[in-house]
Amino acid sequence: MHTGIESPKGVWWKPVHRSEKIWITLAFGWCLVLFAMMPFWHLKGGQNASGIRHRVEPQAFLERAEEFIRAYQVGEDAGFPVVEPPVGSDIYLVARMWNWSPVLRLKRGAQYTLHLSSLDVNHGFSLFPLNVNIQVVPGYDYGLRVTPSEAGDFRVVCNEFCGVNHHNMVGRVIVIDEAVAAGGPDSGAANPGGGR
Amino acid sequence: MKTGFRTCPATSLKVHAQADALIKANAVVATVMLLVGGIAAILVLLTRWQAVHLLDATWFYRVLTIHGMNMLIFFILFFEMAVLYFAGPVLLNSRVPAPKLAWSSFALMVAGMLLIQYTMWAGKADVLFTSYVPLRADPNFYLGVILFAVGALLTVTLFFASLVVARNEKTYEGSMPLVTFGALTAAIIAVITLGHGAAIYIPTWLWSLGVMNVDAQVYRMVWWGLGHSSQQINVAAMVSVWYLLGALTVGAVVLNEKVSRTAFVLYVLFISMASAHHLLVDPGMGSAWKIWNTSYFMYMAVLASMIHGFTVPGGIETGMRIRGYTKGAFEWLRKAPWGDPGFSSLMFSIVIFGFLGGITGVTFGTEQINIIAHNTLRIPGHFHSTVVGGTALAFMGVTYYVIPLIFRKKVAFWGLAKIQPYLFAIGMTIFSMAMTFAGSFGVPRRHQDISFANAPFDVQFSPAVDLVMGIMALGGLVAALGGGIYILVTVWSVFFGEPMDDREVEYVEIRPASGADQPTASAVL
Repeated sequence: MHTGIESPKGVWWKPVHRSEKIWITLAFGWCLVLFAMMPFWHLKGGQNASGIRHRVEPQAFLERAEEFIRAYQVGEDAGFPVVEPPVGSDIYLVARMWNWSPVLRLKRGAQYTLHLSSLDVNHGFSLFPLNVNIQVVPGYDYGLRVTPSEAGDFRVVCNEFCGVNHHNMVGRVIVIDEAVAAGGPDSGAANPGGGR
Repeated sequence: MKTGFRTCPATSLKVHAQADALIKANAVVATVMLLVGGIAAILVLLTRWQAVHLLDATWFYRVLTIHGMNMLIFFILFFEMAVLYFAGPVLLNSRVPAPKLAWSSFALMVAGMLLIQYTMWAGKADVLFTSYVPLRADPNFYLGVILFAVGALLTVTLFFASLVVARNEKTYEGSMPLVTFGALTAAIIAVITLGHGAAIYIPTWLWSLGVMNVDAQVYRMVWWGLGHSSQQINVAAMVSVWYLLGALTVGAVVLNEKVSRTAFVLYVLFISMASAHHLLVDPGMGSAWKIWNTSYFMYMAVLASMIHGFTVPGGIETGMRIRGYTKGAFEWLRKAPWGDPGFSSLMFSIVIFGFLGGITGVTFGTEQINIIAHNTLRIPGHFHSTVVGGTALAFMGVTYYVIPLIFRKKVAFWGLAKIQPYLFAIGMTIFSMAMTFAGSFGVPRRHQDISFANAPFDVQFSPAVDLVMGIMALGGLVAALGGGIYILVTVWSVFFGEPMDDREVEYVEIRPASGADQPTASAVL
């Protein structure tokens, strides 16, 4: 027997004691369980960040978002356009220093494809109070299929540091409880984007 | 430059004069960095505690950058350089090869550190620890990181050289000790890490000079190859220190060299995969990439930690039983030297790292939990239990042995030193658990004002958040008190402390053992 600061002499590649074998087997088994859980929950679970991913020039993303706002704007809130897009459509949320635009008015139970991107630096999309968090990276369009499952007044908090006014960067999403005629495709099913 | 060796009266190890000097220099700088980072920590804490809300936004983010860099880079890495000089030359009874180069690399690290400190304090680098492109800092910030990394890489290379020299000069018999082996894995991971660092900070420096472009997503991917892998240096170094402290405090034995060394090798092989879980909710990678990289191999590194989590306490128990504490199942634990700050630090480090840090870390590495944890306070809750409650506490514990063994001084304020690990461990446990709870309410990390006073839309957190943030502040202040005592004890002992004995330390030249002048290939291997 020697300590960890003494040099082992001769052959130290010796058989493992039973207690260590049992522990390593248990630990390895647990690691296999964890390993299996990852793909399992991806297929079975309801909150994955898988979506449509494209590279996009910030200017091009801004143009798409502005066109979207022009087409479906219904009002204004705290200086931001309020947009009520048709069920099943592509919707845009633009992140920039230091605001989220526009304010989205969505219908409960309808599916949308939410496009997130940034015009300048990294931002963090954190949907409050649901606590769903997505990284928003400039140059990348993250298209998440979302089906709001609860009506309510939600906030989008920026949770990636983006400069000195980072903590004031809050957006708004309103989900209204209105019967959706046909329902979006897959409405009521798992909502991969996490937004409900 | 002094050469020659002294014989350590406690361990009979032969300690090279330059190893002594380099360990002292690195440890002193590390402690100063801890002080700067610690003051920044208190300022950050008192701002996030909304009842005090101390700093304005500009200084909050600036001080948060300072806190991250000083703790996670400067304190930890300077300390780890000291660990390398200890685990290499000292444990192997060997000399420091190329001492002039060793001092140059130390100077390079200090120069890089000073350049970074200047840019941060001058407000030219308010980009936080991660410095995600395209948030821009002064080019000198990135240059400082590069200088620091080159210095660290040189020290790591010298550590490898010291292993070869010791082998060639036959300064020890048999294989290198387990602690040295663990430090070797930490050094190998450091090379991988610093490679990622070069791959991202050199382009970023050129980007800041306007020479080239750096993609924001590519930056995040390569940066985390640096950012997370560097934490694996800490893990491997910390586990080595666990074995070291076990040996020094209670004569803990190595249950099985094969098991412990294989576990260290698992760190080298699989730990870099852990970087991928930072990107689980990023737009740049697909689900297959994310699942593959975060599940398949990462758990092999988890397995390594679980093995050490068994063998370190097991070795302590066996060591105590050999010393006669054999009554019942737990006499070895009851009669353990709980008043020795080295021992209590070791035990708290294992428990906090393993339970709080390990469990939170592994679970955040899954897609489903990551999406509710990403960038919330749960993340700093996790890494304050791994790198602070785990690594920093283990390093504090070993300091109580570095002071008498290397600085040849008695530990001052012994009564305070005895309670220091308890304060730090209890405070850090409360602090990181409260952070984790607050994060599960969606409280963001790196945020100056969660009352959102100047935001266009109000955000009303659950009233429980105020309570939890208050508890977090309380735990943080207790931990800060523990950290303050650590700094007081170490600084006082080193600079004003009582020497271990009256005799001047003498370094004697020792001729290398025979065969040194004809190194053979087999001797190197």
